[in-house]
Amino acid sequence: MVDLAVIGGGPAGLAAAHAAYQSGLRDIVILERDRELGGILNQCIHNGFGLHRFKQELTGPEYAGRYINMLNDTNVETRLDTMVIEITPDKRIYTASPNGYEMIEAKSIVLAMGCRERTRGAIAIPGSRPSGVLTAGAAQRYLNMEGLMPGSRAVILGSGDIGLIMARRMTLEGAEVLACVELMPYSSGLNRNIVQCLEDYNIPLYLSHTVTDIRGGRRLEGVTVAKVDENRRPIPGTEINFDCDTLLLSVGLIPENELTRGAGIDMDLRTSGAVVFENMETSIPGVFACGNAVHVHDLVDFVSEESAKAGGAAAAYVGGCTHESGGARLKNGANVTYTVPQRLHGHVTNKEIGVFFRVNRVFKKSKITVTADGAEIASFNRRYMMPGEMQHVTLKADKLAGVSDITIAAEEIA
Amino acid sequence: MEIMFDAAIIGCGISGAAIARELSKYDLTTVIIEKENDVAMGATRANSAIVHAGYDAPPGTLMAKLNVRGNELTKELCARLSVPYKNIGSLLLAFSDEEAVTVQKLYERGLKNGVPDMRILTFEETKALEPNISDEVKAALYAPSAGIVNPWEFAVALAETAVQNGAKLMLGSEVTAIERGADGFHITAGGETLKAKYVINAAGVNAGKLHDMALPHAFDITPNKGAYFVLDKSEGELVKHVIFQCPSKAGKGVLVSPTVHGNLIIGPNALDVKSDETEVLESDLSDVRKAAVRSIPSVDFRQNIRCFAGVRPNSTVEDFIIGAHDGFIDVAGIRSPGLTAAPGIAEYVAVLMRENGAKLTPRSNFIDRREHVRFKDLTHEQRAALVKENPLYGRVICRCETVTEGEIVNAIRSPIPPRTIDGVKRRCEAGLGRCQGGFCGPRVLEILSRELHVPRESIQQDKNGSYIVTIHLNSLKS
Repeated sequence: MVDLAVIGGGPAGLAAAHAAYQSGLRDIVILERDRELGGILNQCIHNGFGLHRFKQELTGPEYAGRYINMLNDTNVETRLDTMVIEITPDKRIYTASPNGYEMIEAKSIVLAMGCRERTRGAIAIPGSRPSGVLTAGAAQRYLNMEGLMPGSRAVILGSGDIGLIMARRMTLEGAEVLACVELMPYSSGLNRNIVQCLEDYNIPLYLSHTVTDIRGGRRLEGVTVAKVDENRRPIPGTEINFDCDTLLLSVGLIPENELTRGAGIDMDLRTSGAVVFENMETSIPGVFACGNAVHVHDLVDFVSEESAKAGGAAAAYVGGCTHESGGARLKNGANVTYTVPQRLHGHVTNKEIGVFFRVNRVFKKSKITVTADGAEIASFNRRYMMPGEMQHVTLKADKLAGVSDITIAAEEIA
Repeated sequence: MEIMFDAAIIGCGISGAAIARELSKYDLTTVIIEKENDVAMGATRANSAIVHAGYDAPPGTLMAKLNVRGNELTKELCARLSVPYKNIGSLLLAFSDEEAVTVQKLYERGLKNGVPDMRILTFEETKALEPNISDEVKAALYAPSAGIVNPWEFAVALAETAVQNGAKLMLGSEVTAIERGADGFHITAGGETLKAKYVINAAGVNAGKLHDMALPHAFDITPNKGAYFVLDKSEGELVKHVIFQCPSKAGKGVLVSPTVHGNLIIGPNALDVKSDETEVLESDLSDVRKAAVRSIPSVDFRQNIRCFAGVRPNSTVEDFIIGAHDGFIDVAGIRSPGLTAAPGIAEYVAVLMRENGAKLTPRSNFIDRREHVRFKDLTHEQRAALVKENPLYGRVICRCETVTEGEIVNAIRSPIPPRTIDGVKRRCEAGLGRCQGGFCGPRVLEILSRELHVPRESIQQDKNGSYIVTIHLNSLKS
């Protein structure tokens, strides 16, 4: 029986394991399906990671390396090339690896499986089905991990950060990137990436456009891009044809939670992640979740912070700390699409509770209002908010005692 | 030395594969000639994957007889060849009194065709079986003998059995000429000339063209496209049976059904196309969406993981076109229920050959079994034992479908080795799941390259020309 099993050795799992160790746990195992620790950071060879966490601009592998080094000084066990096949509600974990098929019993579990990319199927793009249509992350893996070029003339659909980063990356390796196409009237990527990855390379960004046709019997030969109306429907007559051999899709990320669902843990339809309490505990006591498996983050720094919370809480749980259920539920108010956490325990031990959420459109000068059972308990001003940037507020726990509903709302102010 | 084959089968879709296996039971030399780089590359890989009960076709037709016979044989063959098959039954819904009359007619037709155990259900009885059906349903025809199958694996398994019993498979060989010589047929394919006593034309949408190479023009194949959605496994239990709507002139209409992989399949529409065009148009998708919600209003199309379209080899003849002309046997116009009928068609072709003078002596050492280990279907104990025996079964390559490296390597070493990413997908389901190969694609590419001893740049996604990566960046350094 281990004290803690961490499912996933990406940024979330590494930070959770490290925090649990710091909090006194000694018998910790990280189960990682890939051949090395670091998760998706390993293929993110660009810089820009760690500005919050380490006050430095690191590359993905460097950021992962910081945590791997911190763990090297501990006795945390790492099992690589190990896939978790099933987790039972009583915390038995079945794993497969070339070393054997095993069952591990754990006192506590941290779910840190990360997320996966939405595909062409998820958005049902019409046309033929040639090769050369792939997710931006898959292209990134081919280029940065395998040294293989996925194509020579590319169009990028979606202006999420991975799409933007890949526009630059493909250009640097000699490909021609013809356009970056975004369905929404704004980009969901970070502003710095729009400047550094598109504008600096004269790659046009087509806002309120989408791909309406894919051509090519075998390898991609071209795509049609059209402007969309306010209902995101293509407008006839606005079509532009691009001759290209590659279409990269950066059309959203989905938390990976097959194991979570399999264990019977309560899920949140808004985030596609587990419902979590303020200490990142799921509906099964002793099972915690963090990182992109809970909700998709913009910055790895926030993943680390959230995951450290989960790791610390797992250590507390193993140490005998239990929580009362029956605390408050957090709800979407006006213009808010989700909150994490979704629930609070009956008696919250922390003085402050951090809440992440996202808004449903671009806001200029705006106000965030937090109400508890209908009464305003806090408000925050923001100069600018957009759906692509995760928002964060900190609530005082003493104002939440005995509350059953907490609502977070956003409104624009003149 | 030129070999004279007893039989040359042109086309290795489900019909060609089933015929090849049937003929391999006998002491015959057989060659299967396929123009694509793998088997099951036409209608066989893009259809509804249904094993029909057999009430649709008019009594007395080949379609009716071979459907009912094929239904029985499919069940048996899938068990023997380790092909996923589920006998889930079908429901044909009637939405009006007029359609209730059609249901009654098809019930009677089914009785004449020999379909077992059918019943006509009231709305309440139907709703009890399928809680998610529309409240507009008036009645339904329940056919418990219907089922679902993995069509491409079925074709692969049948073709593999033929190859294991000595049949020669020529991939990437397009037949360009057929001449009738004194000593049999001379077939030009992929730059070679082959000789065969019997030619079986199972060329799908190209069967008309093939027929005309050897015989006077007799029929036209009219390719007809059907588009589909495949929904995530989260939706796989929305229905428990194959849910049909009443057939119209255009065909059997849009169905909603679970797949053997646990997904939900929805389609097809029907549209005549010029050639074998499989593009999915926005209009195809909206047609299918509209039709499907009539049966099951709660279908959540946001859970779609893939759209595809297939082309049915419809023809100018109402029935299947199966007949012998002095050793040239047409197996043409094999649209729905062709997948179901295929094993029946194969038996019938053997009969036609015998009637046309072929001597069919049973092969003494006929290999009639095929095992397919699916890691995810094993118990914990079986998995542990398997990994101990071969560590490659401990490495999961496809996360969505839990497919291990052991299974992929096993497929690559099978009698008809896949050489493409989609070839691997068709044999062991890697890349079939919700991420559609996003994670496992690069890994499968690496395994194919390693096992086949070819550079990764040369691996194709699917048909030749569907390359995945262009250059190895390290090659630029020198």
